Amino acid sequence: MLSVHRVMGSETEFGLSQPGNPRANPMRDSARVVDAYAGPRGLRSSQNFWDFATESPLADARGFFMNIADADSSQLTHVPAEDVEAQYLANVVTENGARYYVDHAHPEYSSPEVLTPRDLVAYDRAGDLVALASVRALEKSGEPVNLYKNNTDSKGSSYGTHENYLVDRGVDFDDIVAGLIPFFVTRQILCGSGRVGIGREGESAGFQISSRADFFEAEVGLETTLRRPIVNTRDEPHADPAKYRRLHVIIGDATMAEPATLVRFGSTSLVLGLIEAGLAPRLELADPLQALWDVSHDLDLAAELPLSDGSTMTALQVQEAYYSACAQHAGDDEDTASVLAEWRRFLDGLAEDPRSLADSIDWVAKWVLLESYREREGIDWDHPKLALVDVQYHDVRPEKGLFHKLEQAGRIRRLTTDAEVEAAVTAAPEGTRAYLRSLAITRFSADLVAASWDSLVLNAGDFGVVRLPMSEPLKGTRALLEDRLSGIETSAGLLEALGVDRLKTKND
Amino acid sequence: MSSQEQVQKDHSAGGGEPPVDPPEAVQGQINTQNVDSILDEIDGVLETNAEEFVRNFVQKGGQ
Repeated sequence: MLSVHRVMGSETEFGLSQPGNPRANPMRDSARVVDAYAGPRGLRSSQNFWDFATESPLADARGFFMNIADADSSQLTHVPAEDVEAQYLANVVTENGARYYVDHAHPEYSSPEVLTPRDLVAYDRAGDLVALASVRALEKSGEPVNLYKNNTDSKGSSYGTHENYLVDRGVDFDDIVAGLIPFFVTRQILCGSGRVGIGREGESAGFQISSRADFFEAEVGLETTLRRPIVNTRDEPHADPAKYRRLHVIIGDATMAEPATLVRFGSTSLVLGLIEAGLAPRLELADPLQALWDVSHDLDLAAELPLSDGSTMTALQVQEAYYSACAQHAGDDEDTASVLAEWRRFLDGLAEDPRSLADSIDWVAKWVLLESYREREGIDWDHPKLALVDVQYHDVRPEKGLFHKLEQAGRIRRLTTDAEVEAAVTAAPEGTRAYLRSLAITRFSADLVAASWDSLVLNAGDFGVVRLPMSEPLKGTRALLEDRLSGIETSAGLLEALGVDRLKTKND
Repeated sequence: MSSQEQVQKDHSAGGGEPPVDPPEAVQGQINTQNVDSILDEIDGVLETNAEEFVRNFVQKGGQ
């Protein structure tokens, strides 16, 4: 039986601007953003604090490594210390087990690992509060920085909102690619964030469904910063590589509306379950990239997408095929049922009148808002005010962000409460190793030398410096650790409680 | 601080609207019609010089 339950996480690269100073160095400002959060909370921030030992950004899921000489420098996740940019590489593990750091020229929040799409919504949104706290801290500085949870400046640059899903290593990667491409090409109608302008630099006036679609140029590939592919092959599981893949999804938009985030992660988790079970619909688009762009540019949702067998389907029909297969094989747990109900509601609403979903899907909410402005002011799509509305929709400040204004006015459905999201900023998810990572940050920080998704490096007294692997994402949970670690305050005590034995030299 | 931001601050300090509390239970009372009434509120928070803001919103590429 399929379930939405799966280890997953989100990554948000925030757009940033220093008001009145467009020439500000974005790497420096990104580091200031991260440090402004870390400093007051006593969190350590340096590149060396992240344990890069298991990172492998050039490992390709198709079974080979890209030669480092062939890689663009933007593909590397670790900048050599002598590089002048290294001074700006702030790296923080936050109290909830997330990573907050400088990725290229953007501050990025990578959520802790969670088990359900509903928890993902809370922990993804907790990242927006982390970003907001940075903005607030810098407001008092001479160089304030504003942050935007969006994906493009419509001047040729795009930056990512990524999703990560733990997938069974036993599944053939070709099956993952074949099963995902038609789903990803059409998923944007459920969870696109909308964008003013068509083309990477907004060459044509107008509005489109996805903020990212125009920046994709390949069907499958390793790159994330150039020649972006619909399915990314980065094979860096951050877990036991013999058992797991981490599917790194780079094609999504930054969703603000909670129902859209829920459906984005929930539907994808179910479709991965279909693929793992060999039950994915047998659909093959004749030209996936053209279809991706066509779907994004078609607000009527009427475009007929050519299939390899000579027939055609609309984006809604492709989504119906995936929904039906998932619904047919789904178990009846509550989390799965709520995702399927929302997915169904989205498909029905989109078929009837997309505008009925202005309370649930960002591209629709933004589109309805923009159309109202256009009508009231008699302006066309190339008017700068509409481009401003597009950017400001994503401002993380509740008093400035237009999404937040709509949500505060009760025009966007909400799944979480303020209290729940605030708690998620400092308390880790309980059902994954994020719980142990969070404990290390909050209780054993004095001894913590470095951390990463799948390791802790502790300076543990008589043990010496110990690297504790966390290659099982479902270990290190509250259920496994809370009692065992009760009252333990030293890292040596932590290691003993976890059953780590010190190697002894035999002298006899 | 830019003049844009300063103008905005002055605007809200000068008897602007009080912060809106999020509704207790949003489900079931969603208003997707009558967007016009929200336009006035949004006008009050939009950056004042749209052209300058949009021109200056330049990002470096990311992932």
